[in-house]
Amino acid sequence: MVEVKHITKSFEGRTVLNDISAVFEAGKTNLIIGRSGSGKTVLIKNIIGLMRPDSGKILYDGRDLTAMNKQELKLLRCEMGMLFQGSALFDSMTVLENVMFPLDMFSNDTYKERLKRAQFCLDRVNLSEAGHLYPSEISGGMMKRAAIARAISLNPKYLFCDEPNSGLDPKTSLIIDDLIHDITAEYKMTTIINTHDMNSVMNIGENIIFIKEGVKEWQGNSQEVITSNNKALNDFIFASDLFRKVKEVEENEIKEQNKSIK
Amino acid sequence: MNKALHQVGEYVQLMGKCIAIPDRWSMFFKQLIKEIYKLGVDSLWIVIIISVFIGTVIAIQISLNISSPLIPKFTIGYTTREIILLEFSSSIMCLILAGKVGSNIASEIGTMRVTEQIDAMEIMGVNSANFLILPKMVGMMTFIPVLVIFSMFTGILGGIAASYSAGTNMTPASFEYGLQFYFTEFYIWYSIIKSVVYAFIISSIAAYFGYNVRGGALEVGKASTNAVVMSSVMILLADVIMTNLMLT
Ligand SMILES: Nc1ncnc2c1ncn2[C@@H]1O[C@H](COP(=O)(O)OP(=O)(O)OP(=O)(O)O)[C@@H](O)[C@H]1O
Ligand SMILES: [Mg+2]
Repeated sequence: MVEVKHITKSFEGRTVLNDISAVFEAGKTNLIIGRSGSGKTVLIKNIIGLMRPDSGKILYDGRDLTAMNKQELKLLRCEMGMLFQGSALFDSMTVLENVMFPLDMFSNDTYKERLKRAQFCLDRVNLSEAGHLYPSEISGGMMKRAAIARAISLNPKYLFCDEPNSGLDPKTSLIIDDLIHDITAEYKMTTIINTHDMNSVMNIGENIIFIKEGVKEWQGNSQEVITSNNKALNDFIFASDLFRKVKEVEENEIKEQNKSIK
Repeated sequence: MNKALHQVGEYVQLMGKCIAIPDRWSMFFKQLIKEIYKLGVDSLWIVIIISVFIGTVIAIQISLNISSPLIPKFTIGYTTREIILLEFSSSIMCLILAGKVGSNIASEIGTMRVTEQIDAMEIMGVNSANFLILPKMVGMMTFIPVLVIFSMFTGILGGIAASYSAGTNMTPASFEYGLQFYFTEFYIWYSIIKSVVYAFIISSIAAYFGYNVRGGALEVGKASTNAVVMSSVMILLADVIMTNLMLT
């Protein structure tokens, strides 16, 4: 479980995050949604410690990241996996070497055991055939999957994903979403995902935080998104006709259910 | 002025982060060998080709300019040797390498920065500066002196080749006598010491510019140009300082 308490962050006098508090639960896919420029990436970078908040606390199962020294931070980082917006695979290494990299750096296993673990992670994301290829030789979707394999190779307790679906077609997006969701449930990880993909919101939104201009505007799950009356949230989610229609249908259904109950 | 001071501060900070005991020695040596191969061995051909040609040209130029009967013939070989050992093989060669290797380092690290690969390393808990930059610095500081020695050898071979050609007023024998005339071993050490310092300058400055790129591909290009310009200037500055310290 990751808790964020009263986080504030500003750049050169401009407040990007304003007093954000939230709880991200273990074993669930927690989504952070919001318009482009609303501060999602800044929030996630603060949570993982790539940026320091101006004020506020970030608790990893009670351990405060903002108060940690270098050594403690290093230990905590071994429990974190991160999937970056652009995959961030190391281009001088093959896919297999990429997945092995965290193991090479931090595990004390023998080479054989490390190789086995890396192969297992690649299998888990269906990439066992691509281990010998370089990142420049595989497609965007495969890069995302390789990055997931690398992120989970040390069996992290916390998984962070910055826009896992950007630049992917809807079908591939779905595969990635499901993969992240399944892995989260399987290993009881605390997963935090930045996204503005509405399919993901509906598909894997178990706990959703909506950010508008640096302020937490709303929190709930994918069911509550549909029925919410929050104006800003509705403007954001139902910007497309399709989702507006979905909302109407769902609302009618709920009305009818209520009628039949009465 | 403010900006320059800021940059110096950032540079010192980066070096502080970079010069530390590696997390894993096995990974460090793996990287080191890769870097020596990529930055050093790949530069061998260009170093040899440039040195042979410049050695030849220096010998011919001098022989054409010193045609007075009052100056002994062996002066040509002597002067060629001194130019190559003292300045060409260390300083000029490193200026050329600053262009080749410096831009390579800056753009490689810069690309890793803008594609979040460095952030990815930091998140894993790896000291990215130490992992990426230290092997490059150590690799350059061990291999550039080797390149310099190659350059001395081949430069002088170029000079000898020129002495065989007709049309110049030198003979192989006089050239060879000149090569051995009044030889000071310290000059070779002087060149090697200089080249180690240059290797540090090239690798650390290029790494600094790459590591601190903000933005995209355009900024990576700018950083790599800046790295070459800045390290060239620093090499010249260091040349003056070290020559003053060691030879006067
Ligand atoms: N290092 C920085 N320095 C100054 N301003 C920054 C920095 N990083 C982000 N910002 C600003 O913070 C604001 C929020 O940016 P952020 O990247 O978090 O948006 P986002 O919600 O992730 O958008 P997107 O969906 O497009 O990725 C932007 O206005 C941006 O200009
Ligand atoms: Mg973003």
